[in-house]
Amino acid sequence: MRTNLSDPYQAREHARAQSGMVVPNMPTLPVECATNLPEEIEPAALVWDETLGAGDYCARILKRHTRLRLINSEADACAHFIVFNADRPIERLNVADTVKVQWNAYLKQNALLLSDMGRVLMSLTRDTSGRHDTFCGPTNAKTNAMKYGAGDKFSPFPNARDRFLIALQKFGLGKRDIPPSLSFFKGVKIEPDGTTTLSDYAGKPGDYVELRVEMNVLVVIANCPHVLDPRPEYVATPVRVLAYRGEPTPADDPIRNGSPEALRAFQNVEDYFLS
Amino acid sequence: MTTEPTPATDFPAPPVYDVVIPARAPWSQVVKKGQTLRIIDLEGNQAADFLCYNAHDSAERYSAQDTVVARRNIYLSTGRVLMSNEANPMMTIVADTVGKHDTSGGACSCESNTLRYGHHTKHQHACVENFVYELGQHGLGKRDTVSNINWFMNVPVEPDGALGIVDGLSAPGKYLDLRAEMDVLAVISNCPQINNPCNGFNPTPVRVVIW
Repeated sequence: MRTNLSDPYQAREHARAQSGMVVPNMPTLPVECATNLPEEIEPAALVWDETLGAGDYCARILKRHTRLRLINSEADACAHFIVFNADRPIERLNVADTVKVQWNAYLKQNALLLSDMGRVLMSLTRDTSGRHDTFCGPTNAKTNAMKYGAGDKFSPFPNARDRFLIALQKFGLGKRDIPPSLSFFKGVKIEPDGTTTLSDYAGKPGDYVELRVEMNVLVVIANCPHVLDPRPEYVATPVRVLAYRGEPTPADDPIRNGSPEALRAFQNVEDYFLS
Repeated sequence: MTTEPTPATDFPAPPVYDVVIPARAPWSQVVKKGQTLRIIDLEGNQAADFLCYNAHDSAERYSAQDTVVARRNIYLSTGRVLMSNEANPMMTIVADTVGKHDTSGGACSCESNTLRYGHHTKHQHACVENFVYELGQHGLGKRDTVSNINWFMNVPVEPDGALGIVDGLSAPGKYLDLRAEMDVLAVISNCPQINNPCNGFNPTPVRVVIW
């Protein structure tokens, strides 16, 4: 019902009446109020709790050694993902180097997300999903319009590339700064002839990936249907984003020492932070 | 009926541009809509790292991921269209005597060389050095270096996801033709890599012709 809002006092009362409203997809502030946390996450260490609905995005700077967990709460999310060196964002995720340096195109537990400067931005320390994509990138306005009838950022079917752009603009970055992206929770397999095939989704609610932050990073996450998703409906179930403080990566860390390439990627980070 | 491929020196129309890019060198040139760019692997197995930009709005550029999605396939050959980050066609591969090119492996860099081979390779010349130098001639820079195409480079993906640069499929005189679907700034790094088979461990010149 429309109330009389003809003066600023009534308008203020009307706006303030929204205080405390709770919706499914929102950040938790203060973060101490977060509930329903995974057992192994110490509530006192939590720094971020936010849930992204279909088409939602978030971006945030995370300090080195933080853990970022993305939870596929209802088993049908697609978390499009890019990451930058927060201190010097000209350094950013390089998907080609990530697959080439690790001699494998499929992201799985213990994989590294590599920058274009030969350093590890984040390590994939936990992965219960095993379905991720390095080949297809974000949706865009045209691909969404073809599939859903609309794809603009202001439509009901926002595309992941525009989500990246809007997020990056708020950090002084722009369209030229959108690198090729990853997506978590929707996997693509490459057939012998090069064909890209979207994996059948056979995950379970609560599947998650956890990423250990190896440099100070800016992460950008957009929860939009995968570009190869064959369904005519715009389906992206919620992604819960959690971050918590963690210990530094030790010298004997198994991921750090997992391959000669990984060791040098960590050594390049350690060298970078010397000066 | 099968026809013999056109020899690399026999062009369908008189060339308006014809140069040899020396081994290890960068190159760039605007290719107008409707013109065709031929890239010739003169001595065989020479990776030509390639990017292109809308000549009138360089924020629109080649997108490896949009190109893969457009045909649901990661390997490039005749008939494939190079798509932009705005999902617009930029160039079409109208001829290809090799049959398979890569757009997954990216460009070599001094920094990634330290990971792949060791820190002793830090000061070796690399494609990203060529790209940032050449883009700098056009007011572009490092943030404009996105995932590129590696013409004449062979990067298979195995069923378990294993991916690597392996022996090439190209040979002396093999070539491909790219018809511009918009005015593009085409940029090449004639790959200087000497630590993997992409150049047969011996970087050599490539020839570029426009008609």
